[in-house]
Formats: sequence, structure tokens, C-alpha cells
Amino acid sequence: MKRIRLTVQLLYTIITNGYAYGFLNGKIYQGNLKYVCVPGLNCYSCPGALASCPVGALQALLNRQGYEIPFAVLGFLFVFGSLMGRFVCGWLCPFGLLQDLLHKIPLFHKRKRLPFHYILKYGKYAVLLLLVCIGSWFLFGGSFAKIPAFCKYLCPSGTFFGALPLLAANEGLRSQIGPLFFWKLGILIGILCLSIKVYRPFCQYLCPLGAVYGWFNRFSLVQIRWEKEKCISCMACQRACPLDLKPEEISVSPECIRCGACREACPASCIHFGKHQ
Amino acid sequence: MLTLKNNAKTSGHIPGWAAGLLTGFLFLAAGALRGEYTVIFRKAVMICLECIGIG
Repeated sequence: MKRIRLTVQLLYTIITNGYAYGFLNGKIYQGNLKYVCVPGLNCYSCPGALASCPVGALQALLNRQGYEIPFAVLGFLFVFGSLMGRFVCGWLCPFGLLQDLLHKIPLFHKRKRLPFHYILKYGKYAVLLLLVCIGSWFLFGGSFAKIPAFCKYLCPSGTFFGALPLLAANEGLRSQIGPLFFWKLGILIGILCLSIKVYRPFCQYLCPLGAVYGWFNRFSLVQIRWEKEKCISCMACQRACPLDLKPEEISVSPECIRCGACREACPASCIHFGKHQ
Repeated sequence: MLTLKNNAKTSGHIPGWAAGLLTGFLFLAAGALRGEYTVIFRKAVMICLECIGIG
């Protein structure tokens, strides 16, 4: 299961960021695929990105004049969320993959969660509300233009997949680096270092997309099903779960990313992937 | 009238994921009618200076 998931994550990341010309020349893809959003957090300023980031696109729509509802992006989120829930996070998100790989580095004593997890886990909802929604809808930049606050002040995915490769290949952009870049670089380095010790800290505590897809977990089509009557209560699933979820929380919890570690660990075979009934 | 339920084994009910999917497609169509894809496209084909920490 681990190998299958890693293969899917790698293939998905390579396919959705397959514009190799961009990496070589410090430019981005400008074709028609950018009319649509990918399911995961994938900066559209990544030189290889073939489609749009749903959080970036949501902010682009909220940044318009007036206070209109961003139907198109809500549509993408409802479609992806209803089908997969946070399966997207576990299997399709490039920044999730990066954190997974860093967590495999055999350094530090590994932790599943940060201290004060039960408070900190609400951070992603705060980011969604304050930076993505309110920040983009109501706050104004210096020239009275609305700003994509999440992308501008927080998004480490944009820094890693967008800024670093673009700045490496594009001298014109490199000459414009200022304090904001170093602020974002600091956030990126902090999250990447923390990922070595704690499992997916950005996904657990800060990702607005995880907050949205978590809401769909309870009723999405793809589910991990736990058969209570077969369960022998050995708790092997909870020990294997990188997010430390109890068997009754698997799949329905907004935190479950459907990685399948519980399924693999269960000696009674009472956990399996399935569709919602 | 359709009733939305999470566990829809009874005929006449549609499961939550199907209702969500239907809502999603309706929103996508509404977005198309309002020209929102053009806004997304215009933003996505320009280098986003905010995203890369310059703007």
C-alpha cells in the first residue's frame, strides 16, 4: 500500500507539473488547461504546473471588484470533495508528498502531532477564514487592490514549487527579491524542518484545502470502512495511523487523509477501502 | 422531493456524495455562465508575484 501510494503521488505530481520547458527557461505554462483546477495545493506559478491551484483560483475570484460568490472554484471543490474527501491530501497533493518524504528522513524522534494538537488543529480553519476568505475578500493592498493574502503571506507550496524554480531560472525575477520573499522562505524552511519530526504539520495545522476537504470526509464517495463487529480492538490501526486516529474516527474524521496505513496494519482485516453506501 | 441523507439505502434518497457532486456541477455551470473561468485563466497564465514572494 505504501509503495502504491508513493507511486500515485509521484506520478500525479509529475503529470500535473509536466511542463519541463518552464523549469528550463523560468517561464510558466500558458495553455488552456489553466482554465481548470487540480484537486491538490499546486501553485499555478510553478513553472511545470499545467492547471490552476484551487486556493489561488478561489482568491483570484474573491479579489474581483464587489463581493460575488466564486461559483467556479466552489464547484471544483464540491466535485473533488464529494468524490474523494481528504483522499486528495493523502494521495494527490504535491506538498503532502514533499512532507511525506521529509518525514522518512531518519533524524529526530518522530512525533505524530504537535503539543496542543487539539487547539492547533483548528489553525487550518482560521487560515481558511482569515487569509483565504476574509483576507482576499475584504482586505485591501496599498493600491486599493484586493490581495491573495494566503498566497502572499503564507503558502509554502508556492514558495517551494513556484518561487524557487522560477527564481533559479529567471534572472529578471531574481533581481526583484525583497523582504516578503525572505518571510515566505522562512515559513517554508520552518515547515520543511518541522516535517522531518512531525507528520505533515502543514496539512494538519495550516492547509485551507485540507479544512475544506475535511468537511467532505464524512460523506465522500471514497471511504475507508471499519467493520466494528469484526474488530478485535488491538488498536494496531491507531498505532499505524500517522495522525493517531482511533478506529471509529478513521475515514469520518476531518483529519483522516485516507493513506491506508490502518488497513495495512489491521490483523483482522476489518478495515478496507470502499465506497460510501 | 429528494431527501439528502448520508446513509442512503432507502430508495428515493440520494447519498451525500451524490448531492455534493450535483451541487458541484451546478456551481461549475454557474461559474461558466458568469465568466469566472476567464478570471482564473488570466490569473493562472501570468507569473503570480504574490505567490513567489515578490509582489
